Amino acid sequence: MRRSMLFLPGNNPNMLINAAVLGADAVIFDLEDAVSPAEKDAARILVRNTMRYMDLSGCERIVRINSVDTAFWQKDLLAILPEKPDLILLPKTGSAEDVLLAERFMDEAEESLGLEKGAVGLMPLIETALGVENAFAIASATPRVKALFLGAEDLTADLQCKRTKESREIEYARTRLVVAARAAGVDVYDTPFTDVNDDEGIELDALTAKGLGFTGKASISPRHVEVINRVFTPTLEEIDYAYEVMDAIEEAKRQGKGAIALYGKMIDAPIVARAERTIAMAKALGLERRA
Amino acid sequence: MNVIKRASSGTMESSDVYVEIEPAQSGLEILLESVVKKQFGEEIERTVREVLSEEGVESASVRVVDRGALECVIRARVETAVRRGRGEA
Amino acid sequence: MTKLVKSIREVIELCGLKDGMTVSFHHHLRNGDHVLNLVMAEIAELGLKDIFVNASSLFDVHTPLGEHIKNHVVTGIGADYISAGLGRAISRGIMEKPVEFRTHGGRPADMARGSSPVDVAFVAAPTADPMGNCTGKIGKSACGSLGYAFADAMYAKKVVVITDNLVPYPLEGFSISEDFVDYVVQVDAIGDPKGIVSGTTRITRDPVGLVMAETAARVIDASGLLTDGFSFQTGAGGATLAAAKFLKEIMLKKGVKGSFGLGGITAYLVDMLRAGCFERLLDVQCFDLDAVESLRTDPRHQEISAMHYASPVAKSAAVNSLDVVLLGATEIDCDFNVNVHTDSQGSIMGGSGGHSDTAAGAKLSMIIAPMFRARLPIITDRVTCISTPGKDVDVLVTQGGIAVNPRRADLRDRLLDAGLNVVDIRELKEKTERITGTPRALPRGDRVVAKVISRDGDVLDEIYSIPEMK
Repeated sequence: MRRSMLFLPGNNPNMLINAAVLGADAVIFDLEDAVSPAEKDAARILVRNTMRYMDLSGCERIVRINSVDTAFWQKDLLAILPEKPDLILLPKTGSAEDVLLAERFMDEAEESLGLEKGAVGLMPLIETALGVENAFAIASATPRVKALFLGAEDLTADLQCKRTKESREIEYARTRLVVAARAAGVDVYDTPFTDVNDDEGIELDALTAKGLGFTGKASISPRHVEVINRVFTPTLEEIDYAYEVMDAIEEAKRQGKGAIALYGKMIDAPIVARAERTIAMAKALGLERRA
Repeated sequence: MNVIKRASSGTMESSDVYVEIEPAQSGLEILLESVVKKQFGEEIERTVREVLSEEGVESASVRVVDRGALECVIRARVETAVRRGRGEA
Repeated sequence: MTKLVKSIREVIELCGLKDGMTVSFHHHLRNGDHVLNLVMAEIAELGLKDIFVNASSLFDVHTPLGEHIKNHVVTGIGADYISAGLGRAISRGIMEKPVEFRTHGGRPADMARGSSPVDVAFVAAPTADPMGNCTGKIGKSACGSLGYAFADAMYAKKVVVITDNLVPYPLEGFSISEDFVDYVVQVDAIGDPKGIVSGTTRITRDPVGLVMAETAARVIDASGLLTDGFSFQTGAGGATLAAAKFLKEIMLKKGVKGSFGLGGITAYLVDMLRAGCFERLLDVQCFDLDAVESLRTDPRHQEISAMHYASPVAKSAAVNSLDVVLLGATEIDCDFNVNVHTDSQGSIMGGSGGHSDTAAGAKLSMIIAPMFRARLPIITDRVTCISTPGKDVDVLVTQGGIAVNPRRADLRDRLLDAGLNVVDIRELKEKTERITGTPRALPRGDRVVAKVISRDGDVLDEIYSIPEMK
């Protein structure tokens, strides 16, 4: 379960050592934008050690490596893969070829390092116009792709428009990514909200993302984690409804009925699938059905 | 493998450690300053020696200025300094 | 009659100060204070010895005291707080007699009890008239409240007001009145305004501090105390100030009308007053310019004395009407005893101030502290020094969980019901040590350099010297 993902700068020990306690479902150790070129080597080793020695139980570990057009990404992968990250965030992914390039190198690295093949998933970071247009091809390029991730800051620069709190400028990219990811059967995560002092703004932005179908949302501020988790946690009404759907299915099976309705609405396979996801998430969070 | 040039890593910021390494004639010379020397001085020196040994550094002069870094941070900074000192960075 | 005396030296002689006597000072001019140094330099010049200095707090600006100690001019010190520079010298053993640490409430209480008599009080006053009516609200060295100086004026045998802004009699809006004052001395400057009050203290930007602050505000929200009439005090540390900001948001959202904010007042409490979170501010000390300005202009913002603030022998004190206080700690142990006197090296760098007074008085006393600072766990087996006893501390908020004093099962249940991450303090200690490693116990010197005197007048703990490192 990943409602929230928190970016942590890869060369800042003070932030890294608190990775586990900031409440995020996943942390993203950043070797890319948060690290200057002269410190890439240091950050790589520091992040590797943080993953190796720090107990991050209950928190998924994602690493943003450098993009495939740099001299760093292969070294990043060689250092990080043995620590079994949950996902690799691949920045500036513009096409399926970018994903396949990374995948081939990961295949070889896993082979040479004696690691389980294909164990580490990829999460392409879509932050260019080309990436948005190729979103489905990227999401379905290989089974290693587990999710898409929208990066609005670089994207708006590429689109030659201003990044605003209202986020009209990324509406197309958001819906396009959700559709592409769902079509490919993978998760999809929304871009961080960057004003760390706007508490109402983050809540509205997270609600928008949830409303569009995003699985969760990234954050650059630990203070946003709690809001994001709250927004992406199923409500008690949603949990109750999910159980009612499952009860109705059981009841229909018992009575040998084919089509069933709940509150006047037909229950079909996608609704059941969503109910199952809601219940699984509720169970993972220790939330129960109301009496 | 020993270092071939003077190199450094880390910062003086809180929870970090600054490490400076240079080639030496023979043996390891470790100079440690730490804000937690009384509580963790021996552990820090042992950690530094462990990393140097893992990296096969047999002789070097190492200056460590610790600002309360956790062990995994100290290990990272020493390894980074060694690699830089070998011209690997 | 005239109370005006030409010089500090002359007034010392007029007061009849002799070897072995006690002089007192307040700390409202904080690290900008000139008065203590001016007076002590004259006392040294006059060849007096064996003087006891009773100051409500001592700051690094007072390091010349070190020389007076070496020369046996000063052989005793009492204070509620001593900052790190002077504290280190004391911890290294420059004094023969242990320093007496009291609390902001205990200091005036011991003066009232007669167990801490003062011969001559030197009251630095930003504005005074020739008869000694004085205030801190106006003048070039304005510091706002003179709360800690009232007891000195009331209980000392002789009282000297020292000012750099002498105005015609009678001063309008005085704090301390002439009936207590023996002499008035005018000097060029009682202090350096830059060190007296800071600009607005910034709240922390440290993400861990903010996470703790937000948790603290949620603990208050869940405590059951956040209803109309709510009263509140917070320290001026980054995370506790940030908690006040989050608390304000909750109060405004819920429409809670609090009654008063207490203590050392900062811009954040002034802001809460103006936003309607409180009806009153009760101000024993101003921390910043906004607080001074508010005290001067807003009748809802009232100066109170240290006795009114926190004295255990007062007929009543404001701390006893307090709902919630947010406090810091350098260490806390599994019995919830808190240390705010010494740093990670065992060296003096603080003091109780109002810490244990408010912890004892408030219905909910909360410590906010990170699990570790610079690799050193905040939770220890036994604190180096007990500043505030664990019986008065209800809850510890860290970024890794909230530990509730077992004495407060009611509070623990409320926090659990609110879905907060409540953990056992021993488990939190172990969790922290898994991250930091277990620190070696600090070597302790063999001399007692300070005694911590509780607000009730008993010795609560002793602080030992720090041995030189080999």
